[in-house]
Amino acid sequence: MTQEVIFEQEKILKSPWGGGKSPFGVSREKFTMWIFILSDAFTFGGLLAGYGALRASLPSWPSRLEIFSAFPFINAKLPLLFVSIMTFILICSSLTMALAVDAGKRMDKKGVIKYLLLTIGGGFLFLLCQAYEWGHLIHEGARLTSNPWGVPLFSASFFVITGFHGSHVLSGVIVLIIMAIRVAKGIYDKRGSYEGVEVAGLYWHFVDLVWVFIFAFFYLL
Amino acid sequence: MTGHEHSQVEVHHKEGFIRKYIFSTDHKTIAKQYLITGIIWGFIGMILSWFMRLQLAYPNQPIPLLEKILGGWAEGGILKPEFYTALITMHGTIMVFFLLTAGLSGTFSNYLIPLQIGARDMAFPVLNMLSYWVFFAASVVMLISFFVQTGPAGAGWTMYPPLSALKNAVPGSGFGTTLWLISMALFIVSSLLGALNYITTTLNYRTKGMSMGRLPITVWGMFVTAILGLLSFPVLLAGAVMLIFDREFGTSFFVPSGLVLGGQPVPHEGGNPILWQHLFWFLGHPEVYIVLLPAVSIVGEVLATNSRKPLFAYKICVGAIIGIGALSMIVWGHHMYVSGMNPILGEIFVVTTLAISFPTAILIFNYLVTVWRGSLRFTPGMLFALGFLGLFIPGALTGAFLATAPVDIQLHDTYFVVAHFHFTMATAAAFGMFAGVYHWFPKMFGRMMNDKLGKIHFWGTFIGVYLIFFPMFFQGIAGVPRRYYSFTEYNFTSQFIGLNKFITIAAFIAGAAQFIFLFNFFWSMFKGPKADKNPWKANTLEWQADSPPPHGNWGPELPVVYRGPYEYSVPGAEEDYIPQTASIKVEAK
Repeated sequence: MTQEVIFEQEKILKSPWGGGKSPFGVSREKFTMWIFILSDAFTFGGLLAGYGALRASLPSWPSRLEIFSAFPFINAKLPLLFVSIMTFILICSSLTMALAVDAGKRMDKKGVIKYLLLTIGGGFLFLLCQAYEWGHLIHEGARLTSNPWGVPLFSASFFVITGFHGSHVLSGVIVLIIMAIRVAKGIYDKRGSYEGVEVAGLYWHFVDLVWVFIFAFFYLL
Repeated sequence: MTGHEHSQVEVHHKEGFIRKYIFSTDHKTIAKQYLITGIIWGFIGMILSWFMRLQLAYPNQPIPLLEKILGGWAEGGILKPEFYTALITMHGTIMVFFLLTAGLSGTFSNYLIPLQIGARDMAFPVLNMLSYWVFFAASVVMLISFFVQTGPAGAGWTMYPPLSALKNAVPGSGFGTTLWLISMALFIVSSLLGALNYITTTLNYRTKGMSMGRLPITVWGMFVTAILGLLSFPVLLAGAVMLIFDREFGTSFFVPSGLVLGGQPVPHEGGNPILWQHLFWFLGHPEVYIVLLPAVSIVGEVLATNSRKPLFAYKICVGAIIGIGALSMIVWGHHMYVSGMNPILGEIFVVTTLAISFPTAILIFNYLVTVWRGSLRFTPGMLFALGFLGLFIPGALTGAFLATAPVDIQLHDTYFVVAHFHFTMATAAAFGMFAGVYHWFPKMFGRMMNDKLGKIHFWGTFIGVYLIFFPMFFQGIAGVPRRYYSFTEYNFTSQFIGLNKFITIAAFIAGAAQFIFLFNFFWSMFKGPKADKNPWKANTLEWQADSPPPHGNWGPELPVVYRGPYEYSVPGAEEDYIPQTASIKVEAK
């Protein structure tokens, strides 16, 4: 009897769920970022589901091919080309972020800074593009309450959803700038781990992934 | 980094008053801050309900005292209708969110999770402090809304548009609703910070030997609650963002076409007010369980400890809590049977809602069997835990009526619903909270609460609550609608005026009993007899720490857990309890 109980205790102490350690073998920061991302995904899920429900209940929805056809400095109609380039920029920034994390794993400080700066540049470029797109639509008469192409909810949901996402990109850029400064100061070298960069990277990938959904559900569908 | 960065002893440094009591990162202090803020909110919410009860018992009769207290809101001593709607809104918001969400799970998740799993503090102590102070800011904003000229929000705690979306729909739709939304946005941030901490702490910071199968039922309850909050509050945030845009910037997410307000067509088109109801109840229903699960799990712990018996079928209880949590995410439509929903969808929600009664019934039966033939100790905490069962069972049984769409169409928005949810989630959860306060007060403050006053408080509250809410079932079956300002016009409602007076008197008595608690709480904090480490002879880890536990909770070594939390009255053991830290070798001799 006692033997069995002792055996049971040893089994529990050995198992990953037996306490005294993280069951997933990840730090508190990384784990918390994962569950924060889960929570934030529900926020975007709520926004996109709301947009979908409203759109389904309306008899007509403006053609995005017509509306999103402008391109800076070119006086021709290029449907969805600009927003596709924006998407491409953001996906590229995800790639450079992954490279920064990879450089961190190799404790390559210069590499981390280089790729972080590239990621920040990508994010910044994306924000500039979004500013251009917003400015262009506002110039054409789109407002939160009305727009020249049809139902007012079109422009309202456009500004709210892309704005909410844009604010996520902006905060991501700010986080990455802080990360770059910390890396440059050598904080992670001293710690012997670039995990902070990885955690920030998780957030960045999430923001990019959300954009893919917005691109698909708002621009393409 | 395996999640035990602060397992080494922290050097005891002297902390100033502000670091120790105000901007403290210690989970125990934060828990006390939540508790005291929650108690203040509870009293505000209760006093609001007194005003409502006065109006219902004495409609259109001037009460000069009311004018003295409320001023312009009760000119000539008669409550204004728009203030009555503001009262129901604020009573609901305060009780549901500020008392029973932040006050209940804020207090006990913070206090019990680290102590019961054998951790020194939360995973992120600074985030934890921020969580409280953001909640405090939310409280301040909500409190300010009482003092704006058009009064606090008045669209009901569910904030249905168009009342909440159009600024001049009712007086409360003005600045009061704006403040309500700001306050709730802050509240959501606070609950997110809290939930992140609770989940990470529970998973990463359990001490050696504290496997998930050895967690006390309370930690399971708080853990599932945190997951529910993490997943459902963000959806309310999405809805709140859209509602803020509707109100402040003229979009029409929730405002339909063709609405006429005060003879003027509203310049909105294309929105759908039912969308808000979906988004709101996607939070709103899990919210019911965010309120209930901490209470139900506290009750389980208190019942097992004071029955001197193991919690019956621990694993099934845990499974039931997880099952309740999972099902609670897919039942929100049962609040909307009469809102205009595809009947097939309604039917699906009937099935999921009735399905949730299985895990609930299993859990409650397990509790009853736990008490069955135990050697009960009627401490005030135990009385409140038993009282919880006495309130929850009639509440949950009437839930089956409301879950069924054909019956709900008749009973919807009547006092039957008011009675039902006050039994199930309002007073039952409050009883769970009282049970927790009485049970863990010795640990929190190192002193015992007065037993006799606690018992008087219990009987006053329990009988009072029954007398208040049980008659409302009859009112509801007779068709008396909820949220109405006065019931004098029609016979089927005015026949209850005598009953309403009776309920009002009961409300004042039950409310007066709460002042006994208030006195007992603060008096015992300073003057109560000193408590020893383990006054209830309980097994869980927190009772192995000092009362109150020092900063860092444990001595130089973290405790090691050798057994489950409910080994009470084990045959052959020296005492009728075996703490979780008792090593196996002791048992072997």
